[in-house]
Amino acid sequence: MRRRVVVTGLGAVTPLGVGAGVLHERWAAGECGIVDGAGACADFDPKEFLSIKEVRRTDRFSQLAMVASGEALEQAGWNGDYGGYDPLRVGCVMATGIGGIHTVESNHDVMRERGPRAVSPLGVPSYMPNAGVAAVAMKYGIHGQTYGVVSACASGAHSIGSALRMIQYGDADAVVAGGSEATLTEFGFACFNALQALSKEGISRPFDARRDGFVMGEGAGVLVLEELEAAQARGATILGEVLGYAATSDAYHLTAPDPTGGPASSAIELALKDAGKSAAEIDYVNAHGTSTQLNDAVETKALKRAFGEKRAKQIPVSSTKSAIGHLLGAAGAVEAVATFAALRARVIPPTLGYEVPDPELDLDYVPGEARPLIMSNGHAPAAISNSFAFGGHNVTLVLEGGD
Amino acid sequence: MSAITTEQVESRVIETLASFGPDVSQINRDATFEELDIDSLDLVELAQVVEDDYGVILKGEDMKELKTVGQAIDLIVSRAE
Repeated sequence: MRRRVVVTGLGAVTPLGVGAGVLHERWAAGECGIVDGAGACADFDPKEFLSIKEVRRTDRFSQLAMVASGEALEQAGWNGDYGGYDPLRVGCVMATGIGGIHTVESNHDVMRERGPRAVSPLGVPSYMPNAGVAAVAMKYGIHGQTYGVVSACASGAHSIGSALRMIQYGDADAVVAGGSEATLTEFGFACFNALQALSKEGISRPFDARRDGFVMGEGAGVLVLEELEAAQARGATILGEVLGYAATSDAYHLTAPDPTGGPASSAIELALKDAGKSAAEIDYVNAHGTSTQLNDAVETKALKRAFGEKRAKQIPVSSTKSAIGHLLGAAGAVEAVATFAALRARVIPPTLGYEVPDPELDLDYVPGEARPLIMSNGHAPAAISNSFAFGGHNVTLVLEGGD
Repeated sequence: MSAITTEQVESRVIETLASFGPDVSQINRDATFEELDIDSLDLVELAQVVEDDYGVILKGEDMKELKTVGQAIDLIVSRAE
């Protein structure tokens, strides 16, 4: 029988503040962390959480990963003893879409101004996309499989899927998994603006008829995953379970989703199959919902294909990006954290800013206010969390909330 | 260029090392890089500062033998002469 994988710790740093609890509470209260068209973690000062040495040697995306990991590990009750696990049996998978772009830019400036000899030896170890996972593994003494995952806006979800498989296949008993991103730089905005991907109005309103692009954000989300029996044996509080995962690829276009929604729909269907769940047993959809014309239309189509038109219209769908913007490589991980928090609280936070329905998009997008989560059949509540990416990557996670 | 004094180099090295993390009160000529948690990456950065300020080029093999803050200061001063 396949090993079951439970969640024992959640951590997040988002534009709504430092902490997974803050993310859920503020989003459910209808608060938005987007200011002047960006989802900055304005409250996050790495020096409050990390040593001078740690701050100097890491890019902001790694600092966000370390702090979110610390919160998740504290909630899991590891307290520096690996939760009693053999450190070789503990893994770490951290995602990022871009890596240390702050470091790339600042070192490039130095090179242009003072020549190549002036570039910092800390450049490469700070900007490499695996710098985040390396920093987390070093800080917390994780000695099992550790690696970074890169698939643009699906990175965070791929990270959790990879961690799930690592435990299911017996390669690890526990994995610290998540993602982080910090791309709010002049160059970062210039590049995404050149793609015409960002909202000109600076408003994230997924599924609304007026949506005109995403709002870029920064942050990190981290989950502590453990094999069920090992977690029970050490007396851990079980917050939920990762029931299923699937990933597909559009193989269609660099940035535009396959307009049929076929491969995205397949990811949802395969994830449900992996979880052993039917559409009737899914109580909530945490959508990718970017606030771009294309994504929100194709995601709606994919949900209908996967769940059937009738069931798709019954399941509440909301987008975390309406409250914090699009955290790119961190999005899937932060949204998994938000989904677990919603399932545990039995509260579905709304899609903020959704006011004008698009005639083509006819699902229940949870407008207005948060609402109680209604369980379909008296079982523990279950949700899917979607992540779709530039490059055509589609990932769906099936998550179940504990008590 | 006027001669560089040992005191000037000492003050600059201590200031630079302190910016890398260790408390300035811990840093003196006898302190070892190991006890200050100063590693090879920090020493490359120190070499960049030294090159900028004094025009002294320190290579990896120069730095490898250095164990204490005093040894680094003496090496820099001797190369600057």
